[in-house]
Amino acid sequence: MKKLYFVILCLLAFGMIFGSAIAADEDTIYFGVNYELTGANPIIGESAIKGVDMAVNEINEAGGLVVNGKSYKFAYKALDNGFNTDESALNAQEFADDESIVASIGPNDSDMCMATQAIACGDGLPMISPWSTLVELTSCEYYFRACFTDTFQGAILANYAYNYENARTAAVLYDMSNPYNEGVATRFSEVFKELGGEVVESQTYNGKTGEEDFTSQLTKITGKNPDILLMPNFYEEIVSQATQARDMGYKGKFLGSDTWVDTSLLEWDTEGLLEGSAVVGHYHKDIASDVALKFIDNYHKIYGETGDPNDIVALNYDAVYLLKTAIENGQSFERKAIRDSLANIEVYEGVTGTMTFNNGNGDPTKSAVIMKIVDGKFQYVDSVTP
Amino acid sequence: MLLQQFINFLQLGSIYALAAISFSMVYGIAGLVNFAHGSVFTIAMYLLFYASTLLFKITSATWGVFVLSLMIASLGTSIVAILMERIAYKPLRNAPPISVVVSSVGVGMLLEYLALNLAGSKAKRMPNLIPDITIDIAGTTIPLFKIMIIVIAFIAMIILSLLVRKTQLGVAMRAVSQDKTAAAFMGIDSNRVITYSFIFGAVLATIAAGLYGSAYSIFAYNVGDTINWWSFIAAVLGGIGSIEGAVLGGFILGGINVIAPMVLPVSSYKDIVAFGVLIFVLLIKPTGLLGKNAAEKV
Repeated sequence: MKKLYFVILCLLAFGMIFGSAIAADEDTIYFGVNYELTGANPIIGESAIKGVDMAVNEINEAGGLVVNGKSYKFAYKALDNGFNTDESALNAQEFADDESIVASIGPNDSDMCMATQAIACGDGLPMISPWSTLVELTSCEYYFRACFTDTFQGAILANYAYNYENARTAAVLYDMSNPYNEGVATRFSEVFKELGGEVVESQTYNGKTGEEDFTSQLTKITGKNPDILLMPNFYEEIVSQATQARDMGYKGKFLGSDTWVDTSLLEWDTEGLLEGSAVVGHYHKDIASDVALKFIDNYHKIYGETGDPNDIVALNYDAVYLLKTAIENGQSFERKAIRDSLANIEVYEGVTGTMTFNNGNGDPTKSAVIMKIVDGKFQYVDSVTP
Repeated sequence: MLLQQFINFLQLGSIYALAAISFSMVYGIAGLVNFAHGSVFTIAMYLLFYASTLLFKITSATWGVFVLSLMIASLGTSIVAILMERIAYKPLRNAPPISVVVSSVGVGMLLEYLALNLAGSKAKRMPNLIPDITIDIAGTTIPLFKIMIIVIAFIAMIILSLLVRKTQLGVAMRAVSQDKTAAAFMGIDSNRVITYSFIFGAVLATIAAGLYGSAYSIFAYNVGDTINWWSFIAAVLGGIGSIEGAVLGGFILGGINVIAPMVLPVSSYKDIVAFGVLIFVLLIKPTGLLGKNAAEKV
């Protein structure tokens, strides 16, 4: 009898959980967000949610989505993928099966995105990754991104190293367990060699095992004494890697990819080891457009932080607006129509620059910025247009 | 370069060894594979971070801060370990071993997510707990913290081994680990001894955390996952339940981590080597390198 009560109690509890879930509302249009809220890099999900919240609130305050003369409230359903590929795919499937979801944003990490790619195409759910620069991602016609690609980024870094820093020898240290890191490192090496430079050492580690000791790889790199060392890895690993490189006697400069761009990196670098390093980023407030300035200002008002919003906040904000633009351009909430409309966005003025999607795939044509770490700040150096 | 690599090996080996000892000791005495061990390590990291950050506001004496924050953090983790043992393990002492393992996994996750919710997802930078000085040995510059990590780890191991060999409590611990029932007949309160083993485990995990934090300053709430994993492997490799085995296992893993990338063409193959060695050793000696064969009583 006790067991029976227990079962009934459980059923009641489940009923309450599901009963309280958002009831479908005809005047509200939902998109899914599939974010890295927990797991190895929860800061990604935290930043992403900030960007989405800002955009959704702004859109609703300005009257929501206007389709066929009627205005709709814009809202999202969030699922946590735990920085885990299996859960990313499960979340994507859940969105694909939920008819109230018109499209989905995220994941941000390339590895997580690739796990959802088959569902985007197989089930025909348009997806926008705000931050994944992995080239293969948009080979599926339902996948879009709000950022540039690894090919573009790797080439910029190689050009910078060769032409701005006059580096002739370079080394790379990257996490081989993530296609993003590998993609940037590979493209950098290709272009650096084409330019006439030499990649003297290429060392890897497995970030999935939570490795924190890179000394043996760095000893090999330091032994070759390269002019510049590229570390296209997540920013939480960078200070450890730079400290260990200097401890091993590395004297050259460091070079970083867009994963570096977060003010925490500079806060942690208490010894100024990263001074003079260059990174590629998505926007910089020194060359910010009116859209970007308004965004930075609002961010400070809402979150009251002294630091500026990082690239992830900005790109997720842009991703929501891309979706809004696509829906309003196409005047439809149908998934196929949204996809077609996304693929034909001619001009979208975003926080991270002007984007154009008429080149036949899900990659926007947009520019990148080169920044240098000077006096503990990301200082604007140059913009690169494709 | 060779000297540098040797120091790196000792440094990594020391941290693994310390972490593995506490894993192994709890298993030896309480007969429990404590997968919450990594989370105790995580809590130690956070306590050290908060304690040292606060203390550095009052004083700039690095060594004083280091020792004092180690003491504060040890106290904190000991309390956590005692509570953990009382609430999640003691009531299960006569339950099937698998229930206790699952319980420990549960406790581990609970503590990890508690850390995430209390401290936030953003990674922290541990303040420099060891003065930032480099010293010259035979023309190679070695940061002082590397030497100190090795020295402190060895001191901790020596104190522990004296404690286990020379004190009454140590005798009681060894007795309980050999035979709980017989030890009880000799008037040993095995519950008390088990509690002590959890306290020692927590203190060792805290020291390991202090050293880890000095070597790799950035950490987040999931820092214990790696330690949990490697210390478990080190303990099994050396023979789980044996303190000497845990030390040996820790240094073997440290050695593989440092030597394999030097020898192999692709440095990330080292994990394959580490697990290969583990399987090879277990095939030849299923109880681990220094493990004793448990005599089955019929």
